[in-house]
Amino acid sequence: MENEETNMDQTEVKALKAFAIRIRLATLDAIHSIGSGHLGGALSIADVMAVLYGREMNIRVEDPAWPDRDKLVCSKGHAGPGVYGTLAVKGYFPYEELKTLNKNGTRLPSHCDRNKTPGIDVTTGSLGQGTSQACGLALGDRLKGRKNRVFLIVGDGEMDEGQCWEAFAFAAAHKLSNLVVLIDWNKKQLDGLCNDILPMGDFVKKMEAFGFDAVQVKGDDVEAIAVALERTRQGGDKPYAIVLDTVKGAGVEEVANTLMNHSMPVNDEKYEKWTTELKAELAALEG
Amino acid sequence: MKIVYNGEMDTRLCKEVLGATIPEILESDSDVVYLDADLMSCIGTLKYGAQHRDRAIDCGIAEANMAGVAAGLAMAGFKPIIHSFGIFASRRCFDQVFLSGGYAKNDITVLGSDPGVTAAMNGGTHMPFEDVALYRVIPGSTVLEPSDPTCLMSLLKQAVDRPGIKYLRVGRKSMARIYADGSELPIGKAPVLRDGTDVVIFAAGIMVHEALQAAASLEKQGISAAVVDCYTIKPIDRETVITMAKKTGAVVVAENANRHGGLYSAVLEVLAENCPVPAANVSVEDEFGEVGTQSYLQQRFGLTAAHIEEKAKSVIVRK
Ligand SMILES: Cc1ncc(C[n+]2csc(CCOP(=O)(O)OP(=O)(O)O)c2C)c(N)n1
Repeated sequence: MENEETNMDQTEVKALKAFAIRIRLATLDAIHSIGSGHLGGALSIADVMAVLYGREMNIRVEDPAWPDRDKLVCSKGHAGPGVYGTLAVKGYFPYEELKTLNKNGTRLPSHCDRNKTPGIDVTTGSLGQGTSQACGLALGDRLKGRKNRVFLIVGDGEMDEGQCWEAFAFAAAHKLSNLVVLIDWNKKQLDGLCNDILPMGDFVKKMEAFGFDAVQVKGDDVEAIAVALERTRQGGDKPYAIVLDTVKGAGVEEVANTLMNHSMPVNDEKYEKWTTELKAELAALEG
Repeated sequence: MKIVYNGEMDTRLCKEVLGATIPEILESDSDVVYLDADLMSCIGTLKYGAQHRDRAIDCGIAEANMAGVAAGLAMAGFKPIIHSFGIFASRRCFDQVFLSGGYAKNDITVLGSDPGVTAAMNGGTHMPFEDVALYRVIPGSTVLEPSDPTCLMSLLKQAVDRPGIKYLRVGRKSMARIYADGSELPIGKAPVLRDGTDVVIFAAGIMVHEALQAAASLEKQGISAAVVDCYTIKPIDRETVITMAKKTGAVVVAENANRHGGLYSAVLEVLAENCPVPAANVSVEDEFGEVGTQSYLQQRFGLTAAHIEEKAKSVIVRK
């Protein structure tokens, strides 16, 4: 069965939704094992991660260093647990390893590290720095004649950093149409609401003004994300931006409803409650 | 100043001390402004900030801009305090602090939190081992690393009125209690916490507690070790360094930082010019940080009392 407007197979949409739930469960498995972590911003990227790794990206799980693969730059590196959750579900490393998050000697540090984790393409953690590295990767891959693309996830608070805008000007100047910037517009940063700290205005207009092909989609609608991503396959002479209208803590109601949800404890009781909710959702979805 | 060390932790967390002291300074001096880069909640100033947006300003995640704005505020007659994690308060805005601040003679007090291994769970990307080295090379700068909450409070209050670039490397967690409440620790001094004759340990920050433990253990083995709190890393207290080096004839430096450019370098510079005696360091041996608990990382990078003890014994042999 296909949706007329998007031509997307509804079985695939369902599978992507299920993948997103599994990513959230894996994120909770990881953070619960150490007791607390950057929960809000890890949960808000689960849907886009599901579409990227479940549909859009051309990757080889068994060969994470394949040069022609599509690459992911999670510039908001503190969302590491969300990325690790995705990679674990995909099979980049044993699922049980999620429980080593932040533990002494781990391969899964709080912030993404390309030298430690199979499947992590770029080291991030100092906000803003992933943006320029993504431009360099996209430019370098193009110069090497590779046909792959680079997907860059940026936080809305992270957009405070001037480096992001230096990178975006560079991307447009060099017509990096193999670069897709995904802005996690979840309206919050560490100290609270972005609009109370440093309002950034309309991201679509800003990115367009910087020379991007920019659109906005509902960040929890995997189908809408998939359609927007599909559009970016056409190349052209502009880099792409997709503004994801998300909720910090999305998918776990109690987390989403907590104002200060940047870093949160996940104790046994909350873990039970939240994973039970997610598992019920998964069961309802998969029948 | 009164030393009350007995090995126990202070009941106050350093972030609570920061959260109380920064508003206190703002209330007592209308020329002080405090800027943060989206980390007010990490040092307990968020509530105060929300109620005093005119002089407690959350600049967002834009450290370089924050440092530049601070320089402008200084030109306009203010005494800015800026805060971020130590990595960002040093590397991320270094050029702005150096030029718009130091070179242009716009005085700024910089707070860099989570020094070295205390960044623990935030991992290698967030673990400054190099911030002291960076700040030491700004001409006329002051570099401070408090050893306990009382010391932190005292140094912060003095730093605000001092000319030049002032960098305070501050923890957020608990620290051992070294000084009695209300003690004044003058910038420029390095108090001798424990006298000794066989070896002197110059330490800063969390390493002061480790050094005192090492000295106690060495005493039981018949070795008399002095411990000096080098909370002023720059300008280093030359007089104390020389006096204690001459008295003991053997030096160990203990720092929660890279061996290059930090307290070890500062002490060696003084020794080389004045009284070359055998010296050894307990530092991070030119490595990047990584994730883990603080105690694991202290083991991993060799920053414990046991490591100090070992170095003290080896340096005495070289006398
Ligand atoms: C350069 C830099 N400054 C400060 C921080 C500390 N920090 C980590 S996450 C964060 C807030 C990020 O907000 P946002 O980009 O919106 O991420 P999200 O809300 O999606 O988690 C801050 C200030 C950092 N990692 N890097």
